[in-house]
Amino acid sequence: MASPLTVTHAPATSSEAALYDYLLRLGDDSLILGQRLCEWTGHAPALELELGLANLGLDLIGQATFFLNLAGEIEGAGRDGDALAFHRDVLDFRNCLMVEQPNGDFAQTIARQFLFSTWQLALLDGLTQSTNRRIAEIAAKAAKEVRYHAELASEWVIRLGDGTEESRRRMRDGLDWHWRFVDELFDADDIEMPLVEAGIAVDRAALRPSFDARVAEVMEAADLPPPAYPRGVKGGRFGHHSEHLGHLIATMQFLPRTYPGATW
Amino acid sequence: MSRDWPLWEVFVRSRGGLGHRHFGSVHAPDAELALRHARDTYTRRMEGVSLWVVRSTDIIASDPADAATLFEPAADKIYRHPTFYDIPDIVKHI
Repeated sequence: MASPLTVTHAPATSSEAALYDYLLRLGDDSLILGQRLCEWTGHAPALELELGLANLGLDLIGQATFFLNLAGEIEGAGRDGDALAFHRDVLDFRNCLMVEQPNGDFAQTIARQFLFSTWQLALLDGLTQSTNRRIAEIAAKAAKEVRYHAELASEWVIRLGDGTEESRRRMRDGLDWHWRFVDELFDADDIEMPLVEAGIAVDRAALRPSFDARVAEVMEAADLPPPAYPRGVKGGRFGHHSEHLGHLIATMQFLPRTYPGATW
Repeated sequence: MSRDWPLWEVFVRSRGGLGHRHFGSVHAPDAELALRHARDTYTRRMEGVSLWVVRSTDIIASDPADAATLFEPAADKIYRHPTFYDIPDIVKHI
């Protein structure tokens, strides 16, 4: 088998290349957010929250493993999920910008989780109907986990928004940080549209109405103002990331890059 | 933050047919989040199929000082134990 560090091989056909890219997008979203959430370990406001956030993070890293392993199979160059996670450079990551944003305070983390999980749940529910059986199976397993993530995050948005003066201010600030990254979640492009037509991928734009309805519902329950979306910031799907991702990846990849093949 | 949260006792039903057993306790601001904290703290490894939480302050406990009065009179009443007949081998759960 070729060394995973020296791969130059590309998938044979353009449809395989598109599927590979699509799986990277799905896997990288989960991987990067999972890594972010695990940064809370040792720092959360309460032991129970620390366990809760780490659970979410581990669910996401599990999803990333499935999606990236499948991406590696489609690529056909001998790379598995670990090789894709730990031996890819920052410009080759295809996650959305929202998941690489810093944790901030607990409210900012919850804001990101609420927006991301609400969107991801709709996406995964759609993917359970994918004509690609492997993707449908991964989505069915992941959707159960993400339903919990979305519920937990919305419970916290409501409690912080409708809580004390300070918690309300922090919740608003956390949401204000993230509104600009929402549009990217619903962006379809030339890579995905042929996959959508083949019934493999989900049409992201079609997920927006139910997302907007759910956000409005939770904002009202939290006694928070409805979202005012600024112009969306995009680029993650093509490797144009914020500076935050490089730092995250440096931490995540340090060990396997320094000690390739390390086991314990 | 956590110092302001009340304590909740957690009971887990390990599988259908068994009763809920006390597993421990969690801090949480309200009942709904207490359930979620209990889920995240005590059922991450398939330990349960059902959860109860109850505010710790709602538990009425016996006084350890009363232990002699409450429990020792049972000590010499061996005839209350169902041990004086044989259980057929085919009966698995009793």
